[in-house]
Amino acid sequence: MLQTKSYKNTFAILFIALIIVTIINISLGSVYIPFKQVLAVFLNQDVDNESWNTIILNLRLPKAITAIIVGSGLSISGLLMQTIFRNPLAGPFVLGISSGASLGVAILILGASFLGANIMSYSFTTWGLAVAASIGAFFVLASVMIAAVKVRNTMSILIIGLMFGSLTSAVISILAYFSSAAQLQQFMFWSFGSLGNLNWNEILSLFIIFSIGILLIVFIIKPLNGLLIGENYARSLGINVKRTRNITLIATSILTGVITAFAGPIAFIGLAVPHIAKLLFTTSNHKTLIPAVAINGAIIMLICDSISQLPSSEYMLPINAITSIFGAPIIIWLLVRKRKIHY
Amino acid sequence: METKKTHIIKTKNLSIGYSSKKDTNTIASNLNIEVSSGKFICLLGQNGIGKSTLLRTLTKVQPELNGEIEINGVSLNNLTNLELAKSLSLVLTERLPENNLSVFELVALGRQPHTNWIGYLTSEDLKIINEAFHKTNTQHLMNMKYYELSDGQLQKVLIARALTQNTAIIILDEPTAHLDIHHTIETFTLLKKLAKDFNKTVIVSTHEINLALQLADELWLMNASKFVSGSTDELISNNSVSELFKSDLISFNKTLKQFTISNSQ
Repeated sequence: MLQTKSYKNTFAILFIALIIVTIINISLGSVYIPFKQVLAVFLNQDVDNESWNTIILNLRLPKAITAIIVGSGLSISGLLMQTIFRNPLAGPFVLGISSGASLGVAILILGASFLGANIMSYSFTTWGLAVAASIGAFFVLASVMIAAVKVRNTMSILIIGLMFGSLTSAVISILAYFSSAAQLQQFMFWSFGSLGNLNWNEILSLFIIFSIGILLIVFIIKPLNGLLIGENYARSLGINVKRTRNITLIATSILTGVITAFAGPIAFIGLAVPHIAKLLFTTSNHKTLIPAVAINGAIIMLICDSISQLPSSEYMLPINAITSIFGAPIIIWLLVRKRKIHY
Repeated sequence: METKKTHIIKTKNLSIGYSSKKDTNTIASNLNIEVSSGKFICLLGQNGIGKSTLLRTLTKVQPELNGEIEINGVSLNNLTNLELAKSLSLVLTERLPENNLSVFELVALGRQPHTNWIGYLTSEDLKIINEAFHKTNTQHLMNMKYYELSDGQLQKVLIARALTQNTAIIILDEPTAHLDIHHTIETFTLLKKLAKDFNKTVIVSTHEINLALQLADELWLMNASKFVSGSTDELISNNSVSELFKSDLISFNKTLKQFTISNSQ
């Protein structure tokens, strides 16, 4: 009677939805494959066309798995930032964390000509990108956090995040100006965001780093709940606020950094999904919210990816355009609603 | 030696204030306070005199300038945050951040110093939470969201949260600042009851002088030149209370135990 509400049913429904969305996502693509044949591939039955087997197992399945990791990782990062900054509008993209990761990648790809050719050869390995993006993300997030200690006003923190975003974009523009066309093209393609460029090895790397990030987060669930009532109360509950902040800082930069490195800067997912999850689950308890946000993020990312496939089987829309079209209205709605409730 | 044990809070030559590299701003010094358990204590003084600074120092939110604070015989600086959380709980003036916490979840957070790494609530925890709701008479609010509460209800719920922490000491910073007279009296009588019936040491900074004079077991009086502590009656009879707000505007009526507007001149 006294325990906090259990959300078993909601989780069950969401899990079924996730499976359905995954299957739909896999059946869509530039090559038409009948739905029955898609199932046949998974059930290890004979398939009419041998190339379908390859398409599904080596192209579409990796892409779907990437979508799941990217969607859940970014959404969890967003949730943690919203708790730490006590701000419903915080998220990896809004606070400039994604831009920081972009800057890391830009310096690696575009700045390679400044740094010399030897680094060039190393720079395009996925690990090089991952490290550069994580460092970039860490740098911006740490700066915003330091600013947040001095500036208590949450709106100011958002503006500071926005400014860091603009600053990194400006540096990227300058780098772009001095870069060769080939480098620029490579960076532009990366910045559109793409879920489909990863092979199984890269997915494994992504998954390992993702798991490390998640593992770190599991250990701060309790202090994060304590922080919901403010830093001073949290401290009076015996919580080590500084350590919790630091772990959050590290975990979110790892997650955002590595995801941005592999999939490009994906907009709005980290900001919008936590709010959708909070609507469905009406709780602030991170023990419920973190898995809820992860599963919602995966579903929404898969839907966005499916939409980017839909309009024509020949072309794919940039994933970033879809997530923005989906995410921006949610932010506007949030701002309008917030005013209604609290003022 | 025996008497030492009975003091739940004790300060020795305590100086409070703010220090930076350049200079030190001492707000009060030579504070020697002894508190025994089960007392309802009201901290009185003008705005800006340093009441909050004193409470912040006692609760380890800011460091002392000099001297020592002992909680249950142990120096405050030797206590970890977690150990302190088990002997001292707080009700602060600050607004809670916006979120979806239910009243139950908010009160249950008080169990954090006692729960395991993931914050699992055992049946024992649930029992203590339930008792806190009963003591503060707030059971009916349990399933609401905290932002749906009125200021008076929220204050009681925050007291319930402090109770859930199951500490010997509860410190409240101006708990009745936004409340009407009904809820102010209700809050004060609740705090008095907690001290009397459940042997809690309750320390409250407040501007409700008249209520404090009627209900407090002990008073801490702060003004620019000195700090006095003692039982309420003692401080009234030795004129410490009447000197607290020395001005032509108000005077203290010893028989009524109340400050009144001066009608002289």
